[in-house]
Amino acid sequence: MTEQSARRFVSAKRRPKEDGRFITGAGHFVADINRPGMLHVALVTSPHPAARITTIDTSEAAALPGVVEILTGNVLAGEANPLANAVDTPGVKCYPLAVGVARYAGEWVAAVIAETRALAEDAAELVEVDYEPLDHVINAEEALEPTSPPVHAGHGSNILYRRTFTWGPVAEDFAGQPHELSFKLRWGRSAPVPVETFGVVAEWDTGTEILDVWASIQMPSYAEQIAGALRIPVNQVRAHYDVDVGGSYGVKRGIKHTVLAGFLARRLGRPIRLIEDRLENMVGGDMHGPDRHFNVAVAFDDDGLIRSMKLRVIEDVGGQTGRAPFQLGKPVSAIVGAYQINSVEYEAIAVSTNKTGQAAVRGFGMSPTNVAIETAVDKVATRLGLSRLEVRRRNFIRADQFPYLIPSGSEYDSGDYHTVFKMARDLAQFDVLLARRDAARREGKIAGIGIATCLEPGGGNSAFEPLLNPKNETTTWPESCVVKVDRTGGITATIATSTSGQGHETLAATIIGEELGIDPNDIRVVHSDTLSGMPGNTPVASRMAIMLGGAAAGAAKKIRDQAILIGAHNLGRTTDQVRYANGVVSAVDDPSQSLSLARIALISHREFHNMPPELTEPGMQAIHVLQVPKGGTLPTADGRVQMYPCYSFAAHIVYAEIDRLTGKVTLPDYCIAHDCGTVINPDIVRGMVIGGAAHGIGAALYEEFSYEPGGQLLSGTFVDYVMPSSHEIPDIKLAEHCTPSPLTSHGQKGVGEGGYLGAPAAVASAINDALSPFNIECLTLPMRASLLSDLLADQLAETES
Amino acid sequence: MTHAISVTINGVTRQAVVEPRQTLVDFLRDQLALTGTHVGCEHGVCGACSVLLDGEPIRSCLMFAVQADGHAITTVEGLREDDGTLGILQDSFWETHALQCGYCTPGMLIAGQDLLARNPDPSDEEIREAIAGNLCRCTGYVQIVDAIRLAGARMRQSPEGSGAENGDD
Amino acid sequence: MKAAAFDYTRADTLDQVLELLSHGGDEARIIAGGQSLVAMMAMRLARPEHLIDINHVDALAGINTASDHVAIKACTRQAAAMASSAIKREVPLLAAALPLVGHIQTRNRGTIGGSLAHGDPTAEVLLAAVALGARLSLASIGGTRTLNIAEFSVGAMETAILDEECLTEIQFPKPPSALSIGVAVDEISPRAGDYAIIGAAAELGLAEDGSCGHIRLASSGASPVPVLCGPTMEALTGSRLGDSEIDDAVQLINPLLSPESDVQASAAYRRRVAPGMLARVIKMARDKAEIKRTEGRTS
Repeated sequence: MTEQSARRFVSAKRRPKEDGRFITGAGHFVADINRPGMLHVALVTSPHPAARITTIDTSEAAALPGVVEILTGNVLAGEANPLANAVDTPGVKCYPLAVGVARYAGEWVAAVIAETRALAEDAAELVEVDYEPLDHVINAEEALEPTSPPVHAGHGSNILYRRTFTWGPVAEDFAGQPHELSFKLRWGRSAPVPVETFGVVAEWDTGTEILDVWASIQMPSYAEQIAGALRIPVNQVRAHYDVDVGGSYGVKRGIKHTVLAGFLARRLGRPIRLIEDRLENMVGGDMHGPDRHFNVAVAFDDDGLIRSMKLRVIEDVGGQTGRAPFQLGKPVSAIVGAYQINSVEYEAIAVSTNKTGQAAVRGFGMSPTNVAIETAVDKVATRLGLSRLEVRRRNFIRADQFPYLIPSGSEYDSGDYHTVFKMARDLAQFDVLLARRDAARREGKIAGIGIATCLEPGGGNSAFEPLLNPKNETTTWPESCVVKVDRTGGITATIATSTSGQGHETLAATIIGEELGIDPNDIRVVHSDTLSGMPGNTPVASRMAIMLGGAAAGAAKKIRDQAILIGAHNLGRTTDQVRYANGVVSAVDDPSQSLSLARIALISHREFHNMPPELTEPGMQAIHVLQVPKGGTLPTADGRVQMYPCYSFAAHIVYAEIDRLTGKVTLPDYCIAHDCGTVINPDIVRGMVIGGAAHGIGAALYEEFSYEPGGQLLSGTFVDYVMPSSHEIPDIKLAEHCTPSPLTSHGQKGVGEGGYLGAPAAVASAINDALSPFNIECLTLPMRASLLSDLLADQLAETES
Repeated sequence: MTHAISVTINGVTRQAVVEPRQTLVDFLRDQLALTGTHVGCEHGVCGACSVLLDGEPIRSCLMFAVQADGHAITTVEGLREDDGTLGILQDSFWETHALQCGYCTPGMLIAGQDLLARNPDPSDEEIREAIAGNLCRCTGYVQIVDAIRLAGARMRQSPEGSGAENGDD
Repeated sequence: MKAAAFDYTRADTLDQVLELLSHGGDEARIIAGGQSLVAMMAMRLARPEHLIDINHVDALAGINTASDHVAIKACTRQAAAMASSAIKREVPLLAAALPLVGHIQTRNRGTIGGSLAHGDPTAEVLLAAVALGARLSLASIGGTRTLNIAEFSVGAMETAILDEECLTEIQFPKPPSALSIGVAVDEISPRAGDYAIIGAAAELGLAEDGSCGHIRLASSGASPVPVLCGPTMEALTGSRLGDSEIDDAVQLINPLLSPESDVQASAAYRRRVAPGMLARVIKMARDKAEIKRTEGRTS
């Protein structure tokens, strides 16, 4: 690790490499790809939440000029394998198109392929599908009942996963405490909803017999899953990672889309473009996020020290399975939040309903769980008449306790929660804020202060996969980087992932530049495809600063070592007698004796006679494949495992006012203090934290995929699904602290999810503080204006009667 | 039935034949290969498809290309200075990192460009109002507000006063 | 989301529009700003076979002031109306409503007449038109008829425009010049710029003695179309507009409301908030009028 003071590029304000192409309209998104002879897909979707498909009459549609093919689920299923399930549910079989039964309103039933998208839509209207409606279930708690209509009849029940983990002496801890409290909490279904929908272009090359795929993806094991479903070898799928992704935040998975497009590309021998329109995206894109029912109980002493917690979570995964149940797994990595809770019982239940399928969402299930934990802490404070700040301070893991092992088996690497918490308090001028709140209340306003903290586990590893599916023995999610120095000394790095706004090119270039003393602007970063690429697991789980950063550092160090070997040999010195700095190898005793990296590279590529004998391969390139720090072990029988290596921390303090008449919430002040270890690029980190918090404000107050009892989605457009605009998001203020991780190349930790992990809890805390003088609480997210107003009105009516 | 149209795009007059149902954004992207303008929702909410029509920002998904006959359109590809360097607003977006994935960025630039042409010294509230019709999922808007504020200051200082001469009367 | 195929004609004159409409039946449709229509066509919720584009009919754009009203041609852009000093001066309630209509990109295309013809029940232009009792001119090949807004706006997304008719002009009455005028429009919407969940508009005039000599009120969001709040107007006319008088008087609109629940708000919410929102705009308008009245006396 380079010392902080000696760093030239890491942590310095530098313009991100990627931005240049986006501000000029020169990005390359999937919708910008135009292959010769490309055909377009539109989808016929089920109007019913549950129905048997009796007949599909495509004759009229097929007769329309420009229509090339109409594909139904039965044909597809005859030649393809079901999509992979995350948990062990062999009775659940999902295909890109419904086969025999439709399981949610909006599910794809047939695909129409035509010369233009408009023609495909014209024809899709003419496909006649006869349905026999079946009983459906929309409420997850009802879906648990054995009598509820089965979403996947082959599975036997709607419960896809259910396990109670007990970590530590929960019963004894509850029995031994003078206080306990419990509550229910509801996290409504929302999603990141990137402004770019999911899209894929697939092309089968009959000469090479390779399926080329360009897609808007952020998906581990993407090529493997496509190949598996299409029954072709993985090395016949070439997914191109040089496609700019217009936002993902977890959801750009697109397996069913790509399987369908790939299947059609092979079948028709022409490139296939399947770009969701916004309606397809919202209703049938299988990208909805967590939809949870929590039961929470905590046991605590007179001082507010929380000894034990019981958490029951029902996750409503909808009508497709995919990776959704795994989102119950990641919260295990920080199940006690920032607190010294001795024991935890965690009951995790994933249940099918007749709603749209789920995808991974930023934080992979942790943001809802953090609302549960932080609400419990607030309630402990309220019960004991203590300040919410004080209760947190008493329960925080202390800086001198790291590394700190939590009951579920993960060790937190480092942190200083008290210091960061104090920074948040100072940034928010908490005493001033209190006075402001109280003054507002005296004026008759409904005002509250929200306080929340969150842990952001980073460096994403696979540990939740074996934890939730014992047949899955994955214990690593490596990440790789290749650094090449061409014969002129030019440096090119290859990364094995697409990027969706996180700045991976900047990350790799900054770290390689730091290690080699070369201006990152002079380092080119390119994206591989899956056949030319290296082991990797894509930018999920706040992992790239840690994993790609580490891989880039490792590869750069190998290049530096090569340069030193060649330089020393050609300067007539031993490697101890030379030093490498800023792209030059020079003799320690006579710095005028030096060789530039360009000269060394030329030797390496072209002058084998000048190579040191220990280097037997010409050319200058290095690959580094990074194993996840502290990864590599399977869970214990009782479900303990080191989940992720690095733990970032943030504290949010927010001031909220609720309009008494309308229930409208405003957030005049929003402060975050955070610690993600060493910052690689300050502007990127700032954007991640603020953008994540904005996303969390949306989930807390505005956004929901609402269903009516008949199973229809009520918020399937951008009019009804309310993503916050610039008026709804305040000017969020930040303070930063740095506790370097001991596990990473430069002390960096993850930062892509923390804003989203903290904000919903903080906003919920503020709302409930505001409501507290009325003796009411709101434990349902999103806390829409109408919901808050209705709660206040009901309370008023009760008081009067 | 198709229609022949003539549209001036970023200063260059283009002739084309369009089906009436082709939206302006699809025309720009599919026929003219100007893919900088993005499609986000196709129902007029997200603002990703914003372009200038005769100098005023509009949503190009809510207009058919045939309606643009005889009009002038400016897209993100037309925001560079005449000498090919980045426009002040573009450069300010880079300076403050007012973007992440880049998908909403062209629409944001169009909105910001229009604001600064009308109001060279906007308040933060005016900036937020100007971009309220453009959704961004990545940034939380704060760095976009920073960028437009910065660009305003730079334009006011620059001798050219790019965009600043059209004060709000 | 691509519109179904249609034929397109760019009209140059009103006569041409009316001629085309007379042949078109219910399959022909006028496109003005298109800010709602094109979205509905993209979703195939609207599928006209023939679009008649009136954006280049000069006679359909412009703002003219008469003695007792301002006449706005139907295809006048919302942005142009918002920038109009005549409207600011003569129809301050409409001027107050326009900034709440959509966003700058939609106001640059969207028109005053298009908003009314589309008939969204919580549109702000419609709210102002109902409050003021606007009159609308509808032309057809057979002649022109004039409707008041209550006759025009007959239900949610439903107007009295016949297939062969084109909305040509909307007349917004001016407030009485002898009084100190105050106006206010406010709403709760999911996001700023969205259609309102509940909206309210108030225009009122104070006599020299401070009593209310003129009041026009409308409420939207708790009824199929915005309602003119007649009982409240009656109760407050001649009053001093004290807070408690206002709070009592707004409850008189309850019989006019027939709210329904939707994804954004419950019927109970709408019923509760509508009178409160009305009270809010009355008080805001009163305070502005009061400032003018005070200024008038001191100058």
